[in-house]
Amino acid sequence: MAEITMVEAIRQAMDEELARDERVFVIGEDVGVRGGVFRATQGLFEKYGGERVIDSPLAELTIVGVGIGAALYGKRPICEIQFADFIYPAFNQIVSEASKMYYRSNGQWSVPMVIRAPYGGGIGGGLYHSQSVEAFFTHMPGLKVVIPSNPYDAKGLLKSAVRDPNPVMFFEPKKGYRLIKGEVPEDEEYTVPIGPAKVTREGMDLSLFAYGMMHHYALQAAEAAANDGIDVEVIDLRTLYPVDRDTILNSIRKTSKALIVHEDNLTGGYGAEVAATIAEWGFMDLDAPVRRLAGPDVPAVPFSHPMQEWFMINPEKIAAAISELAAF
Amino acid sequence: MPLSREKKKEMFWIMLLSRRLDERAWVLHRQGKIAFHISGIGQEAAQVGAVYAIEKGKDWLVPYYRDLAMMIALGMSPTEFVMSLMGKAQEPTSGARQMPSHFSLRRANVVSHSAPVATQSPHASGIGLGIKMDGKDEVVLTTIGEGSTSQGEWYEAVNFAAIHQLPVVFIVENNQYAISVPQDKQMAVSSAADKACGLGLNGIEVDGTQMFEVYEAVSEAVESARKGKGPSVIEAKMYRLTPHSSDDDDRSYRTREEVEKFKKQDPLIVMKNQLIEQGLITEEEYEDLEGKAKKMVDEAVEAANKAPYPKGDEAAAPVYAQEVNHG
Repeated sequence: MAEITMVEAIRQAMDEELARDERVFVIGEDVGVRGGVFRATQGLFEKYGGERVIDSPLAELTIVGVGIGAALYGKRPICEIQFADFIYPAFNQIVSEASKMYYRSNGQWSVPMVIRAPYGGGIGGGLYHSQSVEAFFTHMPGLKVVIPSNPYDAKGLLKSAVRDPNPVMFFEPKKGYRLIKGEVPEDEEYTVPIGPAKVTREGMDLSLFAYGMMHHYALQAAEAAANDGIDVEVIDLRTLYPVDRDTILNSIRKTSKALIVHEDNLTGGYGAEVAATIAEWGFMDLDAPVRRLAGPDVPAVPFSHPMQEWFMINPEKIAAAISELAAF
Repeated sequence: MPLSREKKKEMFWIMLLSRRLDERAWVLHRQGKIAFHISGIGQEAAQVGAVYAIEKGKDWLVPYYRDLAMMIALGMSPTEFVMSLMGKAQEPTSGARQMPSHFSLRRANVVSHSAPVATQSPHASGIGLGIKMDGKDEVVLTTIGEGSTSQGEWYEAVNFAAIHQLPVVFIVENNQYAISVPQDKQMAVSSAADKACGLGLNGIEVDGTQMFEVYEAVSEAVESARKGKGPSVIEAKMYRLTPHSSDDDDRSYRTREEVEKFKKQDPLIVMKNQLIEQGLITEEEYEDLEGKAKKMVDEAVEAANKAPYPKGDEAAAPVYAQEVNHG
């Protein structure tokens, strides 16, 4: 198997889906000749032409609103929002329209569409190129919310998202685009199902729940903790909505301790849902209070390096939280 | 294509039936039999004129909440509409999930819309994009009120359709009020059609009380779109003869004199007189149509009254599709 980067896995998924299904098309800012500002669509314009790899006007609600219309017509749009931070002009279309179309039409109309957006900080992007936006969308039945943490899942989940008959929010950890590499089958057709979380490291002492870039760091922190004799189980949540409660609770039954990590700010973040799941259905299995390690409650990630590092979660901060919780 | 005498009479019949149905909805509300109604009274001539310019079952309608006459023209039955007023399970727009007049009719290519205004406009452009990708000669008709053209979504939708020369006809039903706010507080131009110029299109203005003039204008736009010549913006001007909705009281923001003045230009009366003058119908035939409309509306109310409500727990679904069953 070849080792490729996250962004290459995402590019391959779109390439293969464009080749497989002529209803699939890509629309977004700079996705055409430029191949996307992160190069996620590199080569697709040359291969599939400007009618299927469409440079949109610089207007996010156009990208999503037109995508919804095309999906209603029977197309399978992949909408790219250049940075998750820029998704808010499209919020009305996502929340009022895409998420509710199937329900409000009693099943007459569905919106088979993927909205891809790079998210997350630690790349010097300041307030408006660093945000984590998942919590806005994990509150919304009718949407599915997916965040991959490695190339294999990124490719397999994105292919599943394109084939899903519902709107799927697909957030990509941009810091990991080139940093995270992994093995992906070369010629083999595979998908990763939307829904199940995955135990990515077995352990007995505590359960560490994470997704996206923080899952990458969680595995590193778990390795470091192993050197101190702490046996950490790591769960990659992968699909944030709908929530895979079984995998969360099964792990808690085994370890009795929960550490939840995300870089999005703490209050009202996705970790609150995981914590509530454990409190409501796993309370009797707990040996310690549930611990959340999350971004601080400031509006967004600041630009200047020292302030950015203050904001960001890293493997060392996770390792420290593991030690504390293990000692409880 | 010039309209035949029969077609003109049929269009007038749709206007009349929609009006009597709409009026009955107000009565049902006053009787406490329904919770809400939002009216299209005064806009039927423009609606019927516009919708007769598209081909039923082939072309697409992306409507807004005043388009009752368009829905009746496309085959929504009076019983189906009254069931939606009453929140009955079998109403076809949403299975009674949505408020009344939030239309959708899969069998007639009418796409579901919501209440946040202008959200439907980009969908029309997206459908137009799909049509162009597939090289089909279908056309999308989409409607909106003049107040809602203040939303960025409308501009973005028209802009995208103009860039890609998509087969979309954007109709603005200018009824002069957005709830209480008059047109001159929505825009500094005299017509929403003027806004099209800034987006590279010619805006067209038409008298929204003249059904056949609207038909001609929209037909031209539809044929142009069908030939791949791109989108159009058409403003049909009329007057909202009722309050915004059953929860509104328009006495607080407009005079009775103003409303009375426009009642004399009621498109139903205008069109009736025109048809009589042109010898298309007689007073006797008109009275027959009135009788037929009353009977149909009576029967619709009776049938809808008997129809069952949904069970509460039917609200649990359908949240996610297992497969796409359209397109």
